[in-house]
Amino acid sequence: MKKENYIKLEFPSRSANEGFARASAAAFAAQLDPTLEELGDIKTAVSEAVTNCIVHAYPDSIGKIAMRLRILEGGKLEIVIRDWGRGIDDVARAMEPMFTTGGADRSGMGFTIMESFMDKLKVRSAPGRGTTVTLVRAVKPRTGRR
Amino acid sequence: MIIKTAYTGGKLTLFFAGELDHHGAREAAETIEDALDEYLPRDCVIDLAGLSFMDSSGIALILRILRRMNRTGGRAWVENPGAQPLRVLDASGIERLLPVAVGAQRR
Repeated sequence: MKKENYIKLEFPSRSANEGFARASAAAFAAQLDPTLEELGDIKTAVSEAVTNCIVHAYPDSIGKIAMRLRILEGGKLEIVIRDWGRGIDDVARAMEPMFTTGGADRSGMGFTIMESFMDKLKVRSAPGRGTTVTLVRAVKPRTGRR
Repeated sequence: MIIKTAYTGGKLTLFFAGELDHHGAREAAETIEDALDEYLPRDCVIDLAGLSFMDSSGIALILRILRRMNRTGGRAWVENPGAQPLRVLDASGIERLLPVAVGAQRR
């Protein structure tokens, strides 16, 4: 699919960067003229994916997170969030609702929310080598706006 | 992330404002635990009117308040979520565990 525009960002896994990551994603997505609901969904999914990197990929250290956003032909937004942390042993189990290894501070709903707010969610992970989460959301053209 | 509290007649209201994510949740949890320890309320209202963004960290925080209130035989519920926090609440299915009142109407 033809790529129409993209950005790449890299930042350390500090929790202060969660807000930066979702605000950047929203600012980039704004060129697709999304509704407030679509923008909220994109921000939420990015927040969940970046929080996973901070909490689970690098639990005891600060590591690198890369976020790439692409606008694809037909108004599709693709977001790829990658870390080089400890990886996930069992991806299917990690994606079950309410499953968490993060203790009382986590709800285990991160992947469930990403899945329900995005059109596509793909998770690739290798223990000890990191995780790549790919999110795709089609932003519908609004009548009379474009 | 700002939390203000108001207590009257056994009811503690927690007014959430700003953006609630993992970054802000830990400090928010401490503020809330302190308020619950101080007032030992019978009811706890989680008022989200001022919250412009919430992710699943907010769900964990609400569940933490609910567990704490359940332990002492109290009640907790959510009021006034805006559009984005409401979508997260809906996706989580948290309404199976505690009431969520949108506007003046409890669902």
